[in-house]
Amino acid sequence: MTTTSTTGADAVPRPTVRPTRPDRTQRWARRAPLLPALVFAIVVTQLPFLFTVYLSTQSWNALRPGSREFIGLANYAQVLSDDRLRAALVNTVVLTASSVIASVLLGLGLAILLDRRFPGRGIVRTMLITPFLVMPMAAALLWKHAIYNPSYGLINGIVGGSTDWVSQYPMVSVVAALVWQWTPFMMLIILAGLQGQSLETLEAARVDGAGPWQTFTRVTLPYLRPYLELGALLGSIYLVQTFDAVFTITQGGPGRATTNLPYEIYLTTFRKFEYGEAAAAGVVVVIGTIVVATFALRVISSLFRMEDAK
Amino acid sequence: MTRTTNPARRGAGRTGAIWTVLAWLAGLLFFLPVAWMVLTGFKREVDAASNPPSWFFTPVLDGYRQVFDRDITPYLLNSVMASVMSTLLVLLLATPAAYALSIRPVERWRDVLFFFISTKMLPVVAALLPIYLLVQDLGMLDNVWTLVVLYTAMNLPLAVWMMRSFLLEVPAALIEAAAMDGASLLVTIRRILLPIVAPGLAATALICFIFSWNEFFFAVNLTATRAGTSPIFLVGFITSEGLFLARLCAAATIVSLPVVLAGWIAQKQLVRGLSMGAVK
Repeated sequence: MTTTSTTGADAVPRPTVRPTRPDRTQRWARRAPLLPALVFAIVVTQLPFLFTVYLSTQSWNALRPGSREFIGLANYAQVLSDDRLRAALVNTVVLTASSVIASVLLGLGLAILLDRRFPGRGIVRTMLITPFLVMPMAAALLWKHAIYNPSYGLINGIVGGSTDWVSQYPMVSVVAALVWQWTPFMMLIILAGLQGQSLETLEAARVDGAGPWQTFTRVTLPYLRPYLELGALLGSIYLVQTFDAVFTITQGGPGRATTNLPYEIYLTTFRKFEYGEAAAAGVVVVIGTIVVATFALRVISSLFRMEDAK
Repeated sequence: MTRTTNPARRGAGRTGAIWTVLAWLAGLLFFLPVAWMVLTGFKREVDAASNPPSWFFTPVLDGYRQVFDRDITPYLLNSVMASVMSTLLVLLLATPAAYALSIRPVERWRDVLFFFISTKMLPVVAALLPIYLLVQDLGMLDNVWTLVVLYTAMNLPLAVWMMRSFLLEVPAALIEAAAMDGASLLVTIRRILLPIVAPGLAATALICFIFSWNEFFFAVNLTATRAGTSPIFLVGFITSEGLFLARLCAAATIVSLPVVLAGWIAQKQLVRGLSMGAVK
């Protein structure tokens, strides 16, 4: 983003990108390159979802052949009155929100640290982004066995004691591993934002007598807002679907302490084989996501306005 | 990003030194688990499971040797196949689409862009069951091509957004000039568009490759032994033989290596790519 001030976000959209009205053949010639991607996306992502909606009206347990029948909204009643699902919903919110917030805050701190020239900056940045590049399944196994292990794990090896981190602090254990993996991502985005900040604005703030803290809260933070929002939004999209870490580190336990919605639906489908119920749960999750996404899309729109104002 | 660092932000004096030390500490702290993984991969199992953890040991290659003895190769090949094929497919679909959404945009291009990104917001669990049933009906369970199709759909939205942002940087005057000179569409694409967007194309490919290489959810539910990818190898490795930490760390290092190396080399492109081109 090359806009130099936050006021640029409110500027008028660039008129040149508005298409003129060509004739019919021309319009189709324009659409043609778009169609393969659009058709592919609809077929592979939207049709399965419609099928999920259909399945959600069936009573169907794959372990009882011939049991399949239409039961209307009964699965939904079952799902909505189910304690396990409500617990999974709460866990999903806790897990997503705490990992996103913690990694954005940590990422912000690290980005500020890296926004100065110092000996070995390139090396430090390379070390910092590495957690994001490690395969999530490898990371989950690493944390569970090499770091959290009560008898020979790294944490107990450093701080001493024989705490069984995963069973005593299951949610914290999962969140810590996710924060470790996602903080670098947030840092990269925020750092890109910081380095695009105009020097004149900072200089002006200093001339006006603002201290470093005031400059940070009044000038830098508002300027960084779209970058923080983008990081939080993309982080949420991926973290709400967390599966690898839960599957590996805690298996959703102990009890149901860390079972989130993706893991719960996975269990309903592939362990209990309650296809109808799993489908209904999936639809409920989608509806919840749409509510959140509607809000999120507004955030992206504000990024759009910045682009138009360029 | 017009410049890397400005001189005014150079750390000076005592405060500067403290901040430098802090930055180094943070870097080392975040890198520690990775370093631990790599180190442990070179230990003997007794050293790996020692209590307290051992920092000094004679490195051995047993862990790595055993990983290859356990036949990781087919899994790595499946990963390469699924990631490379889906990345190619994504680029083939996304680039023309991005063209139609940027340089001479179709009507309602904004809605189309939002549609693409909204498909990423739908949780994959909600589509898993019908996909599973369909794939089963088609006899395509445990088939790498199933993963290719799904990974393509998974990465398509991000790729369309990224390619669009890179195409927007091609100066319109350049394209008009080419049209004026009577250049055909193909010539314009080859001579003008491609050279300018080539770095963007590479960044998009890298991101798609990373996400496909690391994907676990579809892989664990739709493949078994024939089409299993690297993360599936890691999981199976543990459940079938109990825990051997050194061996596990060796395997985890091997499967992470391609993406870590690629990411190190292309750090800058990674930022733009992951932020869908919104941040430059």
